[in-house]
Amino acid sequence: MSTAPLRIAGRTFTSRLLLGTGGFTRMESLGDAIDASRTELVTVAMRRIDASAPGSLLDVIRDRGADVLPNTAGCFTARDAVLTAQLAREALGTDWVKLEVIGDERTLLPDATELLVAAEQLVDDGFVVLPYTSDDPVLARRLEDVGCAAVMPLGSPIGSGQGIANPANLTLIVEAAGVPVILDAGVGTASDAALAMELGCDAVLCASAISRATDPVAMSHALRHAVLAGVLARDAGRIPRRTHARASSPLAGMPEFAE
Amino acid sequence: MIYVNGEPVQTPGRPTIRDVLVERGIDPETAGIAVAVDAEVARRGVWPTRTLDDGARVEIVRAVQGG
Repeated sequence: MSTAPLRIAGRTFTSRLLLGTGGFTRMESLGDAIDASRTELVTVAMRRIDASAPGSLLDVIRDRGADVLPNTAGCFTARDAVLTAQLAREALGTDWVKLEVIGDERTLLPDATELLVAAEQLVDDGFVVLPYTSDDPVLARRLEDVGCAAVMPLGSPIGSGQGIANPANLTLIVEAAGVPVILDAGVGTASDAALAMELGCDAVLCASAISRATDPVAMSHALRHAVLAGVLARDAGRIPRRTHARASSPLAGMPEFAE
Repeated sequence: MIYVNGEPVQTPGRPTIRDVLVERGIDPETAGIAVAVDAEVARRGVWPTRTLDDGARVEIVRAVQGG
């Protein structure tokens, strides 16, 4: 059974699961997880070159048929994030960027004002900007207003595995958004990803949930199916929640047994 | 003296960006790397000719696992 493709900035994706590469301890495991996830978009970070480190990351990603999506992880100012995106464009030949501007080391929550400034500058510079944002519906709207190609609200803090802390806010973001909504951060296991899709998200990004699972490749399979299950369930139309029971077997025609 | 990825480097004269890469054992033809000088991107095309002033801060980056 198939679902409608995901469209971001005029590009079409069959998969609604994006994969982060942070946390994989073996390159082979990353490659197998990419295969198992069926993802088409895989994030990388930009860091100082270390001549002694192996340089096979891009090869692994591209050999598995996925595209690279650079991020600006670790940046705390709009200035640093913009420069990092520009370096990524130069290094990787893509004008797509997952924009992260962090405001706090302990929680890794986004810095809303720096994020908005960076997003506007990068859009003006021709980038396709996918911002990692808080679950604030107003900020999501502002990011869309400055021209972001998608919004990527967190479910809960990066790497926390706490799932979707505020489903009501996520629903408000989805209802108002005219661009794809990609749940980013907080997914701990399959049910979190399924819930995101049921709430109306267009895609889910997973990193730690897969890379730090006991069996990353098996979890990658699970997340792929969870995203698919969630979107199928949403399209199928769930039953409303009811306070009391509603019998599914007919009430009429009950036999009456002798005392 | 210039700074390459945060480390002070003694350089004779005014090296080009390409000179700095070669000196560090990085093949300038390597795909997937980028250079910033004093917080601005230096496009690959200028690496052979762009010279670095004393005190220049050079950052050489590439993609790593993340996100």
